[in-house]
Amino acid sequence: MKSAPSRRQALLGGFCLCCLPTLGRAAESFAMTEVGPGVFMRRGPNAEATPENDDAIANIGFVVGRDGVLVTESGGSLADGQWLRSEIRKRTDKPIRHVVMTHVHPDHCFGAAAFAEDRPNYVGHSGLREALDARGEYYRTRLADILGADRAGSVVYPTQAVTGAAEIDLGDRKLRFTAHGTAHTSCDLSMLDTGSGLLFTGDLLSVGRIPSLDGNLTGWLRETERLKGMGATRAVPGHGPVSVDLEPALSDLTRYLGTLREETRKAVAADMPIDKAVATVAQSERDKWELFDTYNGRNVTEAYKELEWE
Amino acid sequence: MKPVHTLALGLALSAALLGGPARAAGASDTDAERAARWQEIAKSIFGDRKIEPTDTLVKIDAPARALDAALVPITLTMPEKDKIKAIHFVIDDNPSPYAAHISFGPAADPAELKLRVRVNNYTNVHAVAETRDGGLYEATQFVKASGGCSAPMGMSDEEAMKGMGDMRMKFAEGQPGKPVEATLMIRHPNFSGMQMNQVTRDYTPARYINKLTVTRGDQTVFTLDGDISISSNPVIGFGLNPEGKGPIKVAASDNQGGRWEHSFTVPSPSN
Repeated sequence: MKSAPSRRQALLGGFCLCCLPTLGRAAESFAMTEVGPGVFMRRGPNAEATPENDDAIANIGFVVGRDGVLVTESGGSLADGQWLRSEIRKRTDKPIRHVVMTHVHPDHCFGAAAFAEDRPNYVGHSGLREALDARGEYYRTRLADILGADRAGSVVYPTQAVTGAAEIDLGDRKLRFTAHGTAHTSCDLSMLDTGSGLLFTGDLLSVGRIPSLDGNLTGWLRETERLKGMGATRAVPGHGPVSVDLEPALSDLTRYLGTLREETRKAVAADMPIDKAVATVAQSERDKWELFDTYNGRNVTEAYKELEWE
Repeated sequence: MKPVHTLALGLALSAALLGGPARAAGASDTDAERAARWQEIAKSIFGDRKIEPTDTLVKIDAPARALDAALVPITLTMPEKDKIKAIHFVIDDNPSPYAAHISFGPAADPAELKLRVRVNNYTNVHAVAETRDGGLYEATQFVKASGGCSAPMGMSDEEAMKGMGDMRMKFAEGQPGKPVEATLMIRHPNFSGMQMNQVTRDYTPARYINKLTVTRGDQTVFTLDGDISISSNPVIGFGLNPEGKGPIKVAASDNQGGRWEHSFTVPSPSN
């Protein structure tokens, strides 16, 4: 495991330039990898948003089809989205027709404005609009505080809202979307590419970086079962290596989420107060995830709030 | 109420934990400034009554740094419980500092009280114990958290309103003759009035539980006057006097006229 930033560094991360020298735009982190035929992805580092990294911390990329380009995902800021657009233009001059936003979190959504001139179809879960209503401006303000308003970007709403399932045809390949029940967030969208067989999970799957719970824990465990049944063996997770074997990666994820649920349930049943639970639940997972200390306590809090009402 | 643009450590921003130091007024205040603010608040609540510091009548257990500013667990212990008539809980730098006033009745065991609160800034929190002989005694602790009042709660106000007024009560396993620990849970968004909808740029109007009355038989356990600093879906831990008899009745009302009542049966202690 790489040295994860301490809690203090993480909390001050946005401003602590000296502590996180490796999180900048190192060439290695930002190279595009062709993970399947016509599928290009950039790996995001396991970091938090800082002025140096433009919140370019999620896995983002694009799919080139016969009739045009589909972007998935847009990037963590306007600057990150602009960078992605320039990478696309190095490889193809086909029109950018679709931009997919897999959920509301800023590291996935805030690059969307960089594609405005392409007038793309912005694809999102039917719950994304409401989630952006509730969170978008808040995220934009926070991001602008860190990156400056000119680099942060603006809130972009989906023009195609997916309920249940949807399909986009790029001529020689189809992208099949599934709008998931509340899991990582209230608006998780996954995408299966028939051209490569790859399943793009968004943050329903995080590899190496600790998953963050912002939706519903039991729902997330349920949706992982759906991901398994989609016929894909390789996946592009929201964080971590840009292409992984689906089954073992999901197995790590569900081990963490399952441990979180089981131990939080036990804490609730034993009347262990929430402040004790955050320090004890899922500690066996501590060495298995980056940014564990930054997120686990919060995940426990979220889980506790959910499970105490079971 | 002016929204305070501090960083919400409380909200799971997931992949972008947009961390940073709180920069709003209050985070870097001097001790003298904090003391002056407390004097002002104390005067507005207690007038000219004298408040003495205490290490024994009330103690505050709160995290020095909150993981979730919208849900900061607070435990107050009152070892000399027989002297305690009421507790006032104040979060000095919150937009509405007077978070809760709890007044104990004969059916309570006022040795311990648990609350979950929102903390909007680096702040002192104060617990003031009011004794039966009319004295006021204060304890204080510094809590580092920010954004707890203004952070968006969930992703949907509608979702947050679901089941509003539902209640549960849990009882720890008790022994005969010993106080029973009880936990009251109430479904209620407790909107702070500082959570903004991005499209309309409107703030979701404040809607919070402002009065809670818990009785057992014909005796009061406690009454609580609450405010926007109480976390959504309030959870309150308290003790029951073992002498008490009959079911517990909880009546809650909010500032928009909502009113809910539920009854709970206290399990008989096992031997």
